[in-house]
Amino acid sequence: MDLLNALVALSNFVLIPAIAYGSQLALGALGVTLIYGILRFSNFAHGDTMAFGTMVTVLFTWWFQSKGITIGPLPTALLALPFGIMGCIILILATDRIIYRFYRVQRAKPVIFVIVSLGVMFIMNGIVRFVIGPNDQRFLDGERFIISVRNFKALTGLQEGLAIKTTQGLTVITAIIVVGVLFYFLNHTRTGKSMRAYSDNEDLALLSGINPDKVVAITWLIVATLATIAGVLYGLDKSFKPFTYFQLLLPIFAAAIVGGLGNPIGAIAGGFTIAFSEVTITYAWKKVAIYVLPEGLKPDGLVQLLSTDYKFAVSFAILLIVLLFKPTGLFSGKSV
Amino acid sequence: MLATGIFTSWNSVLFIINFGLISAVMALGVNLQWGFAGLFNVGIMGFVALGGLATVLVAMPPTQGAWTAGGLGILTALLMGAATVAFAVLAYTRLTLGKLRTLIIMGILISGFVFYRVVFDPAVDAVEAINPSLEGYLGGLNLPVLIAWPIGGIFAAGAAWLIGKTALGLRSDYLAIATLGIAEIIIAIIKNEDWLARGVKNVSGLPRPAPYEVDLQNDLGFIQMTDRLGIDPILASTLFVKLIYAVLFIAVLAILFVLLQRAVNSPWGRMMRAIRDNEVAAEAMGKDVTARHLQVFVLGSAICGIAGAMMTTLDGQLTPGTYQPLRFTFLIWVMVIVGGSGNNLGAVLGGLLIWWLWVMVEPLGLGVMKFITSGMTEGYWLKKHLMESAAHMRLFTMGLVLLLVLRFSPNGLIPEK
Repeated sequence: MDLLNALVALSNFVLIPAIAYGSQLALGALGVTLIYGILRFSNFAHGDTMAFGTMVTVLFTWWFQSKGITIGPLPTALLALPFGIMGCIILILATDRIIYRFYRVQRAKPVIFVIVSLGVMFIMNGIVRFVIGPNDQRFLDGERFIISVRNFKALTGLQEGLAIKTTQGLTVITAIIVVGVLFYFLNHTRTGKSMRAYSDNEDLALLSGINPDKVVAITWLIVATLATIAGVLYGLDKSFKPFTYFQLLLPIFAAAIVGGLGNPIGAIAGGFTIAFSEVTITYAWKKVAIYVLPEGLKPDGLVQLLSTDYKFAVSFAILLIVLLFKPTGLFSGKSV
Repeated sequence: MLATGIFTSWNSVLFIINFGLISAVMALGVNLQWGFAGLFNVGIMGFVALGGLATVLVAMPPTQGAWTAGGLGILTALLMGAATVAFAVLAYTRLTLGKLRTLIIMGILISGFVFYRVVFDPAVDAVEAINPSLEGYLGGLNLPVLIAWPIGGIFAAGAAWLIGKTALGLRSDYLAIATLGIAEIIIAIIKNEDWLARGVKNVSGLPRPAPYEVDLQNDLGFIQMTDRLGIDPILASTLFVKLIYAVLFIAVLAILFVLLQRAVNSPWGRMMRAIRDNEVAAEAMGKDVTARHLQVFVLGSAICGIAGAMMTTLDGQLTPGTYQPLRFTFLIWVMVIVGGSGNNLGAVLGGLLIWWLWVMVEPLGLGVMKFITSGMTEGYWLKKHLMESAAHMRLFTMGLVLLLVLRFSPNGLIPEK
């Protein structure tokens, strides 16, 4: 019984949040890694791309809510999501056409692209703050829990409760669907294959008649979609605040690098690695320890390895360790 | 800048100039790393914050009883932590590869961490319990605040050495991410370790290198002087204090500028540019690329640390909550790119110019919004929204300036010779 209680507490506070967070990071890291693989630069504007897509979704959600359109127990944001994706795609393609293409034609060095993406980051951040303001926005509605703590306790008779938020369930399901579709696209369709060929060897791909403009446009399209979905899921799960999205850049980059830049499977693995380490290291283990340890060994403190404010430090430390011992990441990505 | 003076007040002009000078120093540091060595450092904020921390640790008076209560404990704990890492590294390098080595390293790290927490936690509690509303931290050394400026540079240099040692051998993108991360961590540490510098509770009332306005206003000689010049003594005192800061900052900027200029025009500078332009060729010529990169990375970061110490001195307080990467890292980058990377004069100009723009965009944006919304009726939601959002024009403008300069004048306003 004690062991069961411990297991439930563990899933409630560690496993489920980490899986949800990991899915969000993985989706974000997939975007970063795709840009790196095909356009060959680290996109610093990715966090703000997520913020922009989410902002459009939030605005549509509010509009739907004011019209009284909902989809039952699910959050209205799901209905607004396609519009958010559309908005993000338009912005991203315009950005590419106006800004990035110039440097691509010039074949500028990757670091120039990175600096250009800094400029894009400033502008997107400015737009988001301009439209929706820098404050916290909540746009979650519908049923809050799939299983609430009280129901779970009544159902099983355990002391510890287990809650699964709708957003957490939604995150995992959406992530699985999105990743499935993405991998099918990359591995089994003609366009996907041409993208991978372009990523592997640009010159060879050009020689075999792959249209680079099309590959780049499709990449941006996918990236905008992934970024918006990741951003909306994160916003539903926590809340939407432009600055937080900017800060997500660090764990997302860490995830992409830990997995191996340019490698989609690595991005997913990296996302979960970062999420699980962040949550386990900053979680106060007292609740679990109470049940597992024998009577005499009950801990006095919270048994928290590091305070939650150091979660950036955790992702960074993992990043450093991976970089030092396996510079191309867990699933060897490319290194330029 | 003159126009600002005429239309607003000389007081705010001096304010802008003072911060502009500090920004120029930071831009010099970044220019050394990027313009002369091609290192992409986006962790400037962290080095600036370390400089700020140095002012607190150097200039504040020590807290009564904090050292006896827990200071020694904290120090021992930190030394133990360092020893743990050292042992782990030693084990990694000395023992042969295998499961045994992994086990030993894990054992060293885990036991080291447990011991560290056992010593560290009670010591921290003891220190933070001392007069928590005003103190609750170890305090400083009570030395003159000007000494903190070079110390801030040394702090930043130390951190830069650690990062450079691990990340410089890798690709440029990795250095960018590593520096971005370390900056966040430095801020997190300063925010959370209350025993060090009170964290988000801020340390205010730092000693100043300039006299206080109130003292000046009570000073007979000063009042006589203002009478002779025919200025209001209160205004004169604030101007006078700001002028003293400005003179100090100009002195630092001038010294750094001359030193950098000499370094860059020396054989060393030529070598740095050679490495930047073609690493492989420079390496083939027998230049130690990684060591030179480390050297220039440490030097540039030290300059940022000095600037950070200067800024905290000017503010008179350390407020970790206000350190934001957009303001302290990426804005400096805009300065360097716009001014002209690879040219020290360009960096200084970029620092002053972009800082002025950063400050002026807000009132200008408000003016533009007033003009746009002048046709709308009072209280219309769009008008209200636009007026409120004018403040966020800043980031947009900075991005626009950066992109325009990159596109149409990629070498900046004053290009490298």
